[in-house]
Amino acid sequence: MTLLLATLYQTLQMLLVLALAPLLTGWVRLVKARLVGRRGPSVVQPYRDLLRLLRKEVVLARNASWLFRAVPYMMFTAIWLAAGLVPVFTTQLALAPTADLIALIALLGSARFFLALAGMDTGTSFGGIGSSREMMIAALAEPAMLMIVFSVAILVRSTSLAEIADFMMSGAVGLRISLALALIALVMVAIAENARIPIDNPATHLELTMVHEAMVLEYSGRHLALVEAASMLKMLLYMALIACVFAPWGMATAGSGVAAALGGVLVFVAKLAVGGTLLALFETSIAKMRVFRVGEFLGGALLLSLLGAIFLYVSRGV
Amino acid sequence: MAALGLVVSAIAFLFAVAVAGAAARRLPQAPTVVYGGTAAACALIALWAALRLAGGGPDAALVLPVGLPWIQAHLRADALSAVFLIVVNLGGITASLFGWGYERAHHDAHGGSQDGPVLPLYPLFLAGMNMVLIAADAFTFLLSWEFMSLASWLLVLSTHREPDTPKAARLYLLMASFGTACLLLAFGVLATAHGDYSFAAIRAHAPAAGAAALVVVLILLGAGSKAGLVPLHVWLPLAHPAAPSHVSALMSGVMTKVAVYAMIRVLFDLLGEPEWWWGGVTMGFGALTAVMGVLYALMQDDVKRLLAYSTVENIGAIVIALGLALVFKAAHTPVIAALALAAALLHVVNHSLFKSLLFFAAGALLTATGSRDLNRLGGLIHRMPTTAVLALIGAAAISALPPLNGFVGEWLLFQAILNAPALSEWSLKIEIAVVGAALALATALAGACFVRLYGIAFLGRPRSRAAGEAVEVGRAMRLGMAVPAVLCVVLGVLPTPLLRLFEPALRLLVEAGPFDGRAYQPWFWLAPTSAIGNSYNGLIMLVVIALLSVVLVLGIHRKASDRVRWSIPWGCGFDGPDPAAVTQYTASSFGQPIRRAFGSTVFRARDHVDMPAPGDTRPARLSVTWTDPAWVVVVEPLSRAVGWLAEKANRLQFLTIRRYLTLMFLALVVLLVMVAVTQR
Repeated sequence: MTLLLATLYQTLQMLLVLALAPLLTGWVRLVKARLVGRRGPSVVQPYRDLLRLLRKEVVLARNASWLFRAVPYMMFTAIWLAAGLVPVFTTQLALAPTADLIALIALLGSARFFLALAGMDTGTSFGGIGSSREMMIAALAEPAMLMIVFSVAILVRSTSLAEIADFMMSGAVGLRISLALALIALVMVAIAENARIPIDNPATHLELTMVHEAMVLEYSGRHLALVEAASMLKMLLYMALIACVFAPWGMATAGSGVAAALGGVLVFVAKLAVGGTLLALFETSIAKMRVFRVGEFLGGALLLSLLGAIFLYVSRGV
Repeated sequence: MAALGLVVSAIAFLFAVAVAGAAARRLPQAPTVVYGGTAAACALIALWAALRLAGGGPDAALVLPVGLPWIQAHLRADALSAVFLIVVNLGGITASLFGWGYERAHHDAHGGSQDGPVLPLYPLFLAGMNMVLIAADAFTFLLSWEFMSLASWLLVLSTHREPDTPKAARLYLLMASFGTACLLLAFGVLATAHGDYSFAAIRAHAPAAGAAALVVVLILLGAGSKAGLVPLHVWLPLAHPAAPSHVSALMSGVMTKVAVYAMIRVLFDLLGEPEWWWGGVTMGFGALTAVMGVLYALMQDDVKRLLAYSTVENIGAIVIALGLALVFKAAHTPVIAALALAAALLHVVNHSLFKSLLFFAAGALLTATGSRDLNRLGGLIHRMPTTAVLALIGAAAISALPPLNGFVGEWLLFQAILNAPALSEWSLKIEIAVVGAALALATALAGACFVRLYGIAFLGRPRSRAAGEAVEVGRAMRLGMAVPAVLCVVLGVLPTPLLRLFEPALRLLVEAGPFDGRAYQPWFWLAPTSAIGNSYNGLIMLVVIALLSVVLVLGIHRKASDRVRWSIPWGCGFDGPDPAAVTQYTASSFGQPIRRAFGSTVFRARDHVDMPAPGDTRPARLSVTWTDPAWVVVVEPLSRAVGWLAEKANRLQFLTIRRYLTLMFLALVVLLVMVAVTQR
């Protein structure tokens, strides 16, 4: 019975993240437009964009291989599964023991690995630029992310996200310097991983600065729709992750009933709205940095997270 | 006893195969006999070792009346030997399969055997590695070790026609001698207390603290130079790629594991109770090796050299795990020590699988295009579809992507690292946190490294005519690659049975298993005991991924347009039949951001751009330079010292016979005085 409910919640979670991801992107775009004095497109515009892309024909470079065509599906699946692993409205998820935070990071790493390969498949210089820059950013962002996981895992004594959320909700943790450092580092990593300002600008096509867009430049039609939807999902995933670890309140726990779970869904939507607004505020108040400053930015994130982990390693006996 | 006789007979059979290979090397059937015979012997030993591990039972031991008159050869195969026997011989089977196809391909292409001297040496190399693993006294161990080193050295020399080989072989000989000298001294120190060189006697008399410290340092230098620990790694990326590809696979994927075996045997078995700083030092070396190894790999344009440097990185990860296990063993938390050691052993198996696979793929590229230079490959996914798929599995596995085997090893290692706060030494806690960050950095950089390798070699457009006209390699070579590729997937999805198979070895070394004290879990769950409670299940992950993919593909193809149009990609204004080929990213350009971010301080990496003035029509040039700090710190002083010694020794040759006799007499007197002093 418990397993059945957990499976049900898991399915609902997979569908929920899928449904909400374009909405979040639309919301961020809308708030950004309003902040700079534009009217902006409707909040549901990303859904329309995706549907339109799906209906368009695919234009493939003449020498594209099967890998190029398979990667959008592979990366979307990996990110979708990763997003399904982060508890958003309940911690009672069937897949919770299957994969922990480390596996989640590795899943995101797989998505990036294959997308970077796809960027190199057609043999154009733009794809190469994007892939090479993306891997450089990942080389620093991934260890920073793991150090954040270490900090949280030492505190909670588990790398399972469901257990982390349960523990954080219990209020036993209090205020800690390590957690504050981890939160700052996680926000920095999230900004870099989602190709947001100041690391990358999802709205431009300027070869001097673009990273993610350069990598996916050759995609069109349904492939582009998948790639775009996957990056929307990834943004939602990072916001859900920050919410799950640092502000899990309002989530249903094991045995708290269906009503609590439905309440959890509403709270999650509210959290996304707040997160999206904060992101838009941040992005409109900061300038894009040069590509080679990214190393310093993420090096800072890595150092902060390492410092947080060291504090915990030294101060705490497991 | 009879059981070990089987292994010894198989090794003796390898010698017979070598003799047959030497006698018949001109005959067309010679490769079939040599590779077939070797594969059969390896299969026999591997099967025996697997049954030994699964069945438990007492250790198989054997004393052979060979060697010096008063020293007998002690042989013994315990659970630890059995684990490594499986690794070595599994590598031997696939390498024989691949090597047979490789030899035939070269035979067909060049008319006549190119690798003549390889045939008799190849079985000897495998025999040497097997002998190291069953040696049970210092004399037999060192003899086997030297035999293994010399056989591999001769195999490196078998490609002496290539310009870089003599230099690589010379450096290899120098470093191998240095390593053996360190091991010789280490065993000397171990046996001084009682003068008995058998492992059983050494194990019974644990050395004093000072002597043990000396042994730890010597073993890290001796076995570390063979495994490729930074800064003793310099010979490895020169020597490993120089041999024929299936031998490179054995040297990189398997021989380095024999060095790991030596470390485990001495540090965990022979030396008795460890002290905490042993693990600290070991781990520090491992972390340095992991990060430096992958940074080196990122700067290589030669496929096989890149893979050799990546071996350095993986050995670093294994040594980190060994250091952690030592630390936890010293802290009397055996279950966590077993967890770390299980991670080390799993990574040993994993690395031998995917590194063999990748070296085979490099061999396939070499057979098909005649080049190992990344900048002359490209677009091979179209020309060599099977190799491309298998190499992709290898690249994904070595980059630790789930649900493949590389990720499981990494996951276990991170779980062990997370237990560090339980230790009492605060300096060690900080070190482990930093080592964890270094390992994470190395893993992320490895991902970049293999995107670069795979993307440049297999994707994009052909960078040379040979790459554009390449044809897929033969069936034996493809099968040789497919076996490790399948195992990479199977071990990633179901690692627990293998870890259960390791348990006797873990109990032997740290007196606990990684699953001790854990409530019952079904066999397909990976849920080791640790203070940080956790589980992982590759099987469910694979099933869910497959399920989601099906849902996704069906959903998309119901809604989306199926129309596809093929077109020329935008080539930045270059016009012509193949507009993008000249503008596509090269290996150097792909590595440039990382070179700039990490290499500028460590390796003094510099990009020199020679840009002609406007109006000048000569081409612009980019040259990349970097220096290896290890050369400056280790190799040059060492080679200067050897040169100086040789110079001095050379002078002795001009003495008259009377002076030689005087020298010998003086030496005798000195030794007698020493005996007199020590006996008193």
